[in-house]
Amino acid sequence: MDKLILYLQYPFVRYALIVGVLIALCSSLLGVTLVLKRFSFIGDGLSHVAFGAMSIAAVLQFSNEMVLVLPLTVVSAVLLLRTGKNAKIKGDAAIAMISVGALGFGYLIMNIFSTSSNITGDVCSTLFGSTSILTLTQAEVWICILLSVVVVMIFLLFYNKIFAVTFDEDFARATGTKAGAYNLMIAIVIAVIIVLAMNLVGSLLISALIIFPALSAMRLFQSFKGVTICSAVLSVLGALSGIVISILAGTPVGSTIVAVDVVIFAVCYALGAVKGGIR
Amino acid sequence: MAFITAKDLTLGYDAQVVAHDLNFAVGKGDYLCIVGENGSGKSTLMKTLLGLKDPLGGKICFGDGLKATDIGYLPQQTVVQKDFPASVKEIVLSGCQSRCGLRPFYKKEEKDLAMENMERMGIMELENRCYRELSGGQQQRVLLARALCAAKEVLLLDEPVAGLDPIVTEQMYDLIEKLNNEGITILMISHDIGAALRYANKILHLGDSVFFGTKAEYLESESGKSFLARQKGGEH
Repeated sequence: MDKLILYLQYPFVRYALIVGVLIALCSSLLGVTLVLKRFSFIGDGLSHVAFGAMSIAAVLQFSNEMVLVLPLTVVSAVLLLRTGKNAKIKGDAAIAMISVGALGFGYLIMNIFSTSSNITGDVCSTLFGSTSILTLTQAEVWICILLSVVVVMIFLLFYNKIFAVTFDEDFARATGTKAGAYNLMIAIVIAVIIVLAMNLVGSLLISALIIFPALSAMRLFQSFKGVTICSAVLSVLGALSGIVISILAGTPVGSTIVAVDVVIFAVCYALGAVKGGIR
Repeated sequence: MAFITAKDLTLGYDAQVVAHDLNFAVGKGDYLCIVGENGSGKSTLMKTLLGLKDPLGGKICFGDGLKATDIGYLPQQTVVQKDFPASVKEIVLSGCQSRCGLRPFYKKEEKDLAMENMERMGIMELENRCYRELSGGQQQRVLLARALCAAKEVLLLDEPVAGLDPIVTEQMYDLIEKLNNEGITILMISHDIGAALRYANKILHLGDSVFFGTKAEYLESESGKSFLARQKGGEH
């Protein structure tokens, strides 16, 4: 405990906690929609695109990688969510294709045009997050806070519409809700969250942040509202305890958070089974 | 002027035509049953009526103050919905979404409307139950209540009794008949020609030969006779 209080006096630890909680909150909110729309893997696909974009940015020696990474990821998200139904290449195949393609090219570009002496280290930290959350600058924290507020506001304001579009897109469209526009909005917000979350858990583990809280909450709650709130709470708890454990035990931040999320899921699964058995 | 009038309507996907030269009219209080074999264009017609697809040719006119988005729609269930964590109330209320426009939250009167329609469908006591735990018949009632929230006067039903057992099927048909008697115009896609002839007052038959007319005319028509004969042959 003393150790934790000592650590909390360092600004970088506080930054990590703030950013971690915010990212966990944002990703869990949309996680429910993504899981229900059968797009669980979109997080994975997009994060690999973000990885590819990041390696291009690194090679071109952009001072601020976001300038390239964010737009590219948004475009991919829009393409992936749009193709959904009548595309020649179906949803899961399209995601897999873009995902591994971007990953492969990203690594290739990094290798061919290497600008740093430690490629393996760079790649590893982009993929698994490693320490980048502990090296955040104040400006990055503010950007993260700002974007999180925007994401949460959008989610709250469009909550009922997101529900309608997720539950039954055809019905929503037939009765005059602009489902296409809301799908586009969801895609953009997801892309933003993923780019943010790369700092926290790295691009390989982002899917975990998106799907585990949602799946855990679905074991316990029966209404959309209940699932959404529960998933947000679980996600924030998971991120908080994951970061604290990783600081105290010296483990990698990203994988610790994911491990905590897996444990939470197992507990929720057991609770859900017990609850279902009694009824 | 009828609610919905189709003029020389041609339906299909991409360049593939599944039905052509459809002409029919649906007026207030009608109960139109759309029958035909698989692949005859029933679902495509439904999507076109709902404005989810554009017709390849011809046009659909809405009259008497009806707009395309005023049609309530009872879709066939999708895989996604089978395990969707949502309460009955949330789903019924989502039928009011189109009334909201850009307003983010539901108004009192919309919540009242949702309650009213749940009452109408006899699912008040299920209000807080989870959709995925309900029986097939109950789920259909929930979706019907939602459709009523969106509809002012016309309901489109896509195979409303698919997958229901005979008793629940009967109840479902009774419920739809009750709505029709209350003055709601019904358009129903069905495989069940028996029920179509029992309840509907107009029949639209899609297939090699297209028929549109009243029930009595259908029984006398060539396509009606041959379809009935084939259905009987298939059942026995």
